[in-house]
Amino acid sequence: MERYELNKDLAKMLKGGVIMDVTCAKEAEIAEKAGACAVMALERVPADIRKQGGVARMSDPKLIKEIKSAVSIPVMAKVRIGHFVEAQILEALDIDFIDESEVLTPADEKYHINKWNFKVPFVCGARNLGEALRRIGEGASMIRTKGEAGTGNVVEAVRHLRQMNEDIKMVQSASEESLMTISKELNAPYELIKYVWKNGKLPVVNFAAGGIATPADAALMMQLGAEGVFVGSGIFKSQNPEKRAKAIVMATTYYNEPKILAEISEDLGDAMFGLEIKNLESNFAERGW
Amino acid sequence: MRVGVLSLQGGVIEHINHLNKLNVEAIEVKKIDDLKKIDGIILPGGESTTIGKLLRDANLLTPLKALIQSGLPTWGTCAGMILLAKEIENDTRRHLEVMDIKVKRNAFGSQIDSFKKIDIVPEVSNNPIELVFIRAPYISEAGKDVRIIHKVENKIVAAKQKNILVTSFHPELTDDLNFHNYFIKMVN
Repeated sequence: MERYELNKDLAKMLKGGVIMDVTCAKEAEIAEKAGACAVMALERVPADIRKQGGVARMSDPKLIKEIKSAVSIPVMAKVRIGHFVEAQILEALDIDFIDESEVLTPADEKYHINKWNFKVPFVCGARNLGEALRRIGEGASMIRTKGEAGTGNVVEAVRHLRQMNEDIKMVQSASEESLMTISKELNAPYELIKYVWKNGKLPVVNFAAGGIATPADAALMMQLGAEGVFVGSGIFKSQNPEKRAKAIVMATTYYNEPKILAEISEDLGDAMFGLEIKNLESNFAERGW
Repeated sequence: MRVGVLSLQGGVIEHINHLNKLNVEAIEVKKIDDLKKIDGIILPGGESTTIGKLLRDANLLTPLKALIQSGLPTWGTCAGMILLAKEIENDTRRHLEVMDIKVKRNAFGSQIDSFKKIDIVPEVSNNPIELVFIRAPYISEAGKDVRIIHKVENKIVAAKQKNILVTSFHPELTDDLNFHNYFIKMVN
């Protein structure tokens, strides 16, 4: 349990920050310089995974090592849902955080990774409170909304965070005797439902992810109650990654200051090309349960 | 008395909650105007590169440095310690540069090497205190005016120089209020 507490504590130190997807050491350096509080090392950003198709897997350890040695901030990397051997490999590489991610092709349609078997912390995606608490029940130290990665469209991230907030309010205002019924209805562990009922929040840090492409998107998620943001394709698929990365970092800190947001949103060049959710061939958010 | 917590990135609310438990008013410091309202400041844990960059971008670096140099009681935890150090062993960046210490970033290793320890820190309390180290730095060299408060594995993890207190570990992540109480006495 001590290891789990330390892992939840690391997530607390990332709060108010931006975690950026990077595909090489050079991008990692740009991200760190722009003020990222961590980087996510991967071979293809979600927009390319979406475009190119095929099975998306854990990155080459060589790439992860190169990125690790290029920056001093925490380095995260993704594994396929249920692929505990990919997670063992990342742990052996001394990675700081593992993302068990729906952006990669799931390896197990029935089970997520039993994260209690690992020393290294995990972050997992969720669309609602039940899903978040199931992942925490399996040992996740941090939660992020799933959103819809690689679309540059924030609508799904908003939907998931609003749903989470509504679920939490519902649990909080429920009577104590109804908690087991809620646990049954949300398919979530009773003890964790009870924690939410008592504290009015998740027992771990909750970030927003999936479709954030502009400083305004980041600030929107923060105003809706996210404790930080992940930006995937939104930075390095835009016209001026360096400038946009800096602006999103500023926007995540000054999310409540429209004048500052106006200043930093100016002249950023083109954002990544955005996709309509209803036209997508596959919805990554539906992967996992 | 009003204590500010630098609120650019990192573990801010944990410090505010601890201060409130000690009946001390705490505010988030994000802008230059906030600096005028405070009697002491805590620089929290987080990523020193991120916070350092935002200090510059928000034009807070110079005024905050001047305030600390003129005696504002200041406490840096983890990343906060790195921001206050004059020298950083494994980084070319420098930030506030107000304390005569050389620090090493991520000195104990990556997240898998993060640890907890229970120790007595006589300067702060006679009871054992839980010390939480998250990808923590330590002080590899300290100037002659720096008083060493605590060592772990023979590494300096808490120290004080005049109005500046630094800790490698995170008292705000435990239930213990002794370190916050100690800092409040410095502000008084």
